[in-house]
Amino acid sequence: MVTTEQIWKLLGDVADPEIPVLSVLDLGIVRDVTVTGERVRITITPTYSGCPAMNTIEADIREKVQALATVDVVTQLSPAWTTDWLTESGKQKLKEYGIAPPVEGGTGMFENPKVSCPRCESANTKMLAQFGSTACKSMYQCQDCFEPFDHFKCHR
Amino acid sequence: MKQDYVLHLADTHLILGQRLGEWCGHNFVLEQDIAMSNIALDLFGQCRSLYQYAAELGGNTQTEDQLAFLRGERQYKNHLLVEQPNGDFAFTLARQFFFDVYHQLLCEELVKCSDKQLQAIAEKSLKEVRYHLTWSSEWMIRLGDGTTESHDRLQTAVNELWMWTHELTTTASYEKALDVPKPANFRTAWQAKVRAILNEATLEIPADGTQQAGGKEGIHTEHLGYILSEMQMMQRTFPGMTW
Repeated sequence: MVTTEQIWKLLGDVADPEIPVLSVLDLGIVRDVTVTGERVRITITPTYSGCPAMNTIEADIREKVQALATVDVVTQLSPAWTTDWLTESGKQKLKEYGIAPPVEGGTGMFENPKVSCPRCESANTKMLAQFGSTACKSMYQCQDCFEPFDHFKCHR
Repeated sequence: MKQDYVLHLADTHLILGQRLGEWCGHNFVLEQDIAMSNIALDLFGQCRSLYQYAAELGGNTQTEDQLAFLRGERQYKNHLLVEQPNGDFAFTLARQFFFDVYHQLLCEELVKCSDKQLQAIAEKSLKEVRYHLTWSSEWMIRLGDGTTESHDRLQTAVNELWMWTHELTTTASYEKALDVPKPANFRTAWQAKVRAILNEATLEIPADGTQQAGGKEGIHTEHLGYILSEMQMMQRTFPGMTW
């Protein structure tokens, strides 16, 4: 008989295909796991409406869990995902990977969040673009070490 | 009735996303190419949730893909504004800005409506729409209050698009009958926000001359047919194809 603990443990090994250092648990997108007999129901929520990684994530979850039980993956939109649900270890992993974790504020016109360089810690950075290679990121450059880097946008 | 309303929302998102997608790889600077593709992607994501809901309301006799790719021009209920051709960057930008102001107001109202699914979609969309509106407002100001060339081009775009903007805040028959936001109720808020940004951008607010509407009821400009023929070509040539 499969337990919810076993399923949560397995989900810790399902990586985000775009940012492979993060698991789906680090991202905070798994909202619920329920086990009924040999059937497992996993509720996930999308990060952004159009995130192309969601289909892959769903398939990866299915593949990981189906050896243990019959899986239903359900998508739930509300409450809407927020970067507040990123785990602390997830934020640390992002930084080590070279992506600045979410920084609050600077959301008005001609403003931007004050993000420190994940490489040299300098606060002297510049936003290059509000949008980046994926929906969840914006582009920055450090003005001291000149490293270009992504900022994982604070999404609330 | 409710399906008509949800299709109206979905179609508007899809057609604007398709228009923005036409810019992919053609923008004047890479960062803005990425920005516009990101906005298009958000709109496609939002319209998928809406088409899925529309399919459910229709008793799942049609899938989300069939609704998006196999309906004809007269069945589409998008605003006329979003089907207008891209023109130059100023034209695309002004169209986006007019839409974003409307979109934010709509989502703010939809989160309060009695339909749980529409509430959930709007709650999720609202967070994304805020980025879109910030992006388009900044560019309106940057180019309006920029060089003579950028100012003139943007003023021309604003003037030419003005006749399509009234429809954003008209209430269609299906909206009157349902417990959903009545766009006519947020006309004043739309005008106030647009005026504030146009003023800051040193752009003139066009006079309210002839206004065109009809898209929400399925009567379109000649442009929609061309968009659909390009967008639906694969599904119509190879029915049910996937990749």
